[in-house]
Amino acid sequence: MRGTTKYGSCWKVAAQNRPPRSFYYSLSASTRKATALQDFSYAAATTIDEAVSLLSAGGDRARVLAGGTDIIVQLREGLRSADLVVDVKKIPELMALDFDPARGLLLGAAVPCYRLYDDERIAAAYPALVDSARIIGGWQIQGRASIGGNLCNSSPAADSIPSLIALGATCRIAGPAGTREVPVAEFCTAPGRNCLARGEFLVSLVLPAPRGGSAYLRFIPRNEMDIAVVGVGAWVELDPSGQKIADARIALAAVAPTPVVAAEAGKSLVGQPASEASFKAAGEAAKKVARPITDRRGPADYRTHLVGVLTQRVLATAVERAKSKK
Amino acid sequence: MAEHKTASPAKSDAAQSAGNGHAQTNGSTVAPPYRVIGTRPVRHDGADKVTGRAVYGADLQLPGMLYGAILRSPHAHARIKSIDTSAAEQMPGVLAVATARDLPNLKDKVANLGEGAVNLAHLGANVLAHDKALYKGHAVAAVAAVNIHVAEAALAKIRVDYEPLTAVTWVLDAMQPGAPILHPDLRTDELGEPGAGNTNISTHLHFEQGDPDKAFGQADVVIEREYRTATVHQGYIEPHVSTALWNNDGHLTIWTATQGSFTARQQTAELLQIPLSQVTVVPCEIGGGFGGKIPVYLEPVAALLSRKCGRPVKLIMNRADVFEGTGPTPGSFVRVKLGAKKDGRIVAAEAYLAYDAGAYPGGMIGPGCMCVFSCYDIPNARVDGYDVCLNKPKTAAYRAPGATQAAFACESVVDELAEKLGIDPIELRLKNAAKEGTRRVDGPVYDRVGLVETLEAARNTPHWKSKLEGKNRGRGIACGFWFNIGLKSSVSAHVNFDGTVTLLEGSTDIGGSRTSIAMQLAETLGIKAEEVIPRVVDTDSVGYTDVTGGSRVTFATGLAAYHAGLDIIAQMRQRAALVWECKVEEVEFDAGTFRHKKQSLTFRELAGKLHQTGGAIVGRASVDPEGATNGFAVQIADVEVDPDTGKTTILRWTIVQDAGRAIHPSYVEGQMQGGAVQGIGWALNEEYLYDDKSRMTNASYLDYRMPTALDLPMIETVIVEVPNPAHPYGVRGVGEVPICAPPATLANAIYRATGVRMRELPMSPPRVWAALAAKK
Amino acid sequence: MSKRIHVSTTINGAPTEFLCEARQSLLEVLRDTLRLTGSKEGCGNGNCGACTVLLDGVPVDSCLVLAVEAEGADITTVEGLAHDTRLHPLQQCFLEGAALQCGICTPGFLVTAKALLDRNPKPTEHKIRFQLSGNLCRCTGYDKIVRAVQEAAKALDGNGRAEKKAAAKPRAAAH
Repeated sequence: MRGTTKYGSCWKVAAQNRPPRSFYYSLSASTRKATALQDFSYAAATTIDEAVSLLSAGGDRARVLAGGTDIIVQLREGLRSADLVVDVKKIPELMALDFDPARGLLLGAAVPCYRLYDDERIAAAYPALVDSARIIGGWQIQGRASIGGNLCNSSPAADSIPSLIALGATCRIAGPAGTREVPVAEFCTAPGRNCLARGEFLVSLVLPAPRGGSAYLRFIPRNEMDIAVVGVGAWVELDPSGQKIADARIALAAVAPTPVVAAEAGKSLVGQPASEASFKAAGEAAKKVARPITDRRGPADYRTHLVGVLTQRVLATAVERAKSKK
Repeated sequence: MAEHKTASPAKSDAAQSAGNGHAQTNGSTVAPPYRVIGTRPVRHDGADKVTGRAVYGADLQLPGMLYGAILRSPHAHARIKSIDTSAAEQMPGVLAVATARDLPNLKDKVANLGEGAVNLAHLGANVLAHDKALYKGHAVAAVAAVNIHVAEAALAKIRVDYEPLTAVTWVLDAMQPGAPILHPDLRTDELGEPGAGNTNISTHLHFEQGDPDKAFGQADVVIEREYRTATVHQGYIEPHVSTALWNNDGHLTIWTATQGSFTARQQTAELLQIPLSQVTVVPCEIGGGFGGKIPVYLEPVAALLSRKCGRPVKLIMNRADVFEGTGPTPGSFVRVKLGAKKDGRIVAAEAYLAYDAGAYPGGMIGPGCMCVFSCYDIPNARVDGYDVCLNKPKTAAYRAPGATQAAFACESVVDELAEKLGIDPIELRLKNAAKEGTRRVDGPVYDRVGLVETLEAARNTPHWKSKLEGKNRGRGIACGFWFNIGLKSSVSAHVNFDGTVTLLEGSTDIGGSRTSIAMQLAETLGIKAEEVIPRVVDTDSVGYTDVTGGSRVTFATGLAAYHAGLDIIAQMRQRAALVWECKVEEVEFDAGTFRHKKQSLTFRELAGKLHQTGGAIVGRASVDPEGATNGFAVQIADVEVDPDTGKTTILRWTIVQDAGRAIHPSYVEGQMQGGAVQGIGWALNEEYLYDDKSRMTNASYLDYRMPTALDLPMIETVIVEVPNPAHPYGVRGVGEVPICAPPATLANAIYRATGVRMRELPMSPPRVWAALAAKK
Repeated sequence: MSKRIHVSTTINGAPTEFLCEARQSLLEVLRDTLRLTGSKEGCGNGNCGACTVLLDGVPVDSCLVLAVEAEGADITTVEGLAHDTRLHPLQQCFLEGAALQCGICTPGFLVTAKALLDRNPKPTEHKIRFQLSGNLCRCTGYDKIVRAVQEAAKALDGNGRAEKKAAAKPRAAAH
């Protein structure tokens, strides 16, 4: 069921002309903490067309089901509601996992996390993404949860999004009006909200051919099973000397309504020696992007401080990885 | 992660295993040559529990069973003006709806539930809110329906008209004049006299001995500090669950996950105002309790629903219900002052403790006051304690209830004292350690206790003797105390003709107690542990037995098993006398063999002759022992604190504890390890968080943050054995004391690592970071 | 909406069919419909692991799987670990090492640990702790669980210990 699917067809997704619908709405704290799930119907789409058709017919009462580790909890706790749940795991394009060192990675939106770290080539090529995949929930969550789902859930604290942004990933979206591509950095619009228009859904993520080194680091009070208090993803490319940074991208989680790019922090590193001093300066630059809130996962000032600490640390790891590849 | 390369307990001998020591320090006597006690047999219920066959409360299914659901207050404090259940009642698939109106009027009714008087009106109102909801999650109404989906849909149709009131959740705030009042009729029990005026303080306790004021005046060093601890939950993995069937003959049967089937029976009967004999409680396998499954929550509600519809009704809580609707243990404010001479002798002590009672009076303040100085021999001491109502769930016991908050405060001050006096923290504790003859501030004088031996064993551990190196690292040590209790236990045991013995007991088995009790019977009878077949039976099938709690079961129910064994031996000797045609007095019994002159019969052989000598033998015993004696544990922690994030990593942990006698050392170690880790969770991350409307914001395992396997090293254990003179096998009880010391142990270790004294729990990363920043 | 759906699966090696509603979780169907109550519900949102089952060999929280998604899948629950009367070495090592107290989390730990040892016959202590971090235990402090997994790894590694052990020795206790 879950075997690898050939990717060919999903590089091109046929255009569809369907009425748009809202896919997600903002999550708010709910007092409903039910034991059982609310009533809905289930449909398993086997093609992108069928999914678009089902989602369109379902209107804003239809929800996409990939790994289910967010949506099932939200339906149970009344944070979201649905009349129709559309399982997209039987659509080959959504389960595609294809890596080509020259071309990059095509990651179907419903591919569960464990398949990323179980694939040594992918783990070596995109370590930041695999850092994320290993810590989204426990192992049992990773058996179901997908990177695409983590992105579509659009939590400000999502562990995969800073990595995707740092790695320069692009979303491939299907919808009634056809297929379009959006950089991951522009996908999320607010907590629990994203740019998916009515009738659209995420088909796959496209990562460019691997270069340099990358890493993701989050801070949590325990050592596992927590939501990030702060998360930082980084990608760096070294110059031919291996001593200076040629290019860098840094993205942050849990310090703003959406995961954010720390553009200045990345820029500040270009041409700089790959040293603790440079990393620290980048950390200070990254802190300027942070606009955290105080909530049950941490106070705002602490989060801002952590951005500096984690940026510095994650850069050291990313550089180390970049060097080891040379 | 500290890796300790050691043998597995399963493969090693009893004495020394897995980094776990087993110190025989019972003074001059050599340990008796036990044949069963001290071995590590596989638990009797083990196969059922590793194959998924054991039937826990939620696993029960009965023909025609309905599923219930409970509507809970969204407000932390509100007057309930009206409840309209009509729409829910009319829903297809709904068979019964219940509210507090269905409970009898319990005003001014008091019941003695074996552990002191309980105000039934409060107990009843906690089960189903009457005129006020006193915490978010307070049960307001219940529905029984054909399935859980219909039941939950029906809840949404119940209309409750609330008038929200101002709420209070911090204990010192609730004590202020002008604080929101939970119970207009509450008056402070001021040392036995009722106070005047509205209050949330239900009780003021005061203990004093010697002349503390004078003694403080004579002390060379006086240290006084204030401590705060957050509300924490027992966190058992199995949510509460109960199934009730009110039969057509009027008899009520309840299958439930409870720590005490007899107290569940009594609470339910009292709340419903029906005779005890009309209720049978069948204890199912229970998925953890730690004190939290002593009060009833669901049992009476399931019974009300079943009475209305005549079918069995199962009620299961979800995790949020468990956090918001069942007893957490008190948050607290504690101030401790100690005065000592230059030589380290502590001469004066004073403590002020204010503990959450939760929504209704009767929290854990009593044991808190009694435990605060219980590790030390202090001639002059004064303790004041306050039990305070506020808008949190009614607190329940949690493993050494009330002791951990007090130990956090006292053991932190003792550590400061040791530093100020320049005395090694173990030496200082040894100098002042409570021992036989020490009078505790609340009056009792200790019998033979093992704190000195435990401290000495701690000093001798490889851990304490090792050197801790590295930046931002520190080692802490602290002591813990718990009373351990006796209370009532009954057992009966029948000898099977094949030489095995079936043991019927009433103590629900939460952590292997079937086996520790069966082993004591086996030892007494001279048979193997596997030849005893222990069965936890319902309230109609065994005599009254108190709760599984207070570290009492292996002590008291084990004592009952011992006496039942003696009863069996006495009867067996009579049979042997019949066989050998001699006088009973001439039959000797030793180590499983009956002898008369040169003739002998093993227990099994004689059991095979019961048919011919009068039939079955049933032994029985009912005990209510006085002699449960106190337990002490010393814990040592090495930590590393990340100065940039404030996060504490535990590098190494050792717990040294006096068990009296370890019946099954593996399960003694397990209690020590599990208790230590609960204390670690309490210390580092666990807490109830509230929003500005006093509603809990982290009622899930995700954000409540109990320790995972990845947060811990192996927990090294050293069992000290100073036998309890009041128990035939020396048992003291081990379950609770391990939780007491960890918060102070960690606070002391964090101080050594960082130079910062943490005086508020949890010592979570943001708090430690803020304290480090403030120090700079 | 509540139309029942027919699902065909294989559970613990046996072809199994059931009817369910779309909204029913796999855990609910396993427990209430199929009476396989070994998988436990501790939280209902994927944070305790007590309901862990193997779905096509991959550990998942069955409370976060819709029963309809099990169509065509191969499912292993704790009830499927033992062969006939012979316990799986993990089960045997949990018993001998006293790796359970109340036992409610035990099925989830056993299933996750089996998945770990199936993939990694010689895990380090850290690896064991990492892979088991999605399973909460409140009784043991994890020490004896980690050791039991280490012991089971040794037993499975071919020193023959697993083969020597027959079914659990003592008689099953009452419920």
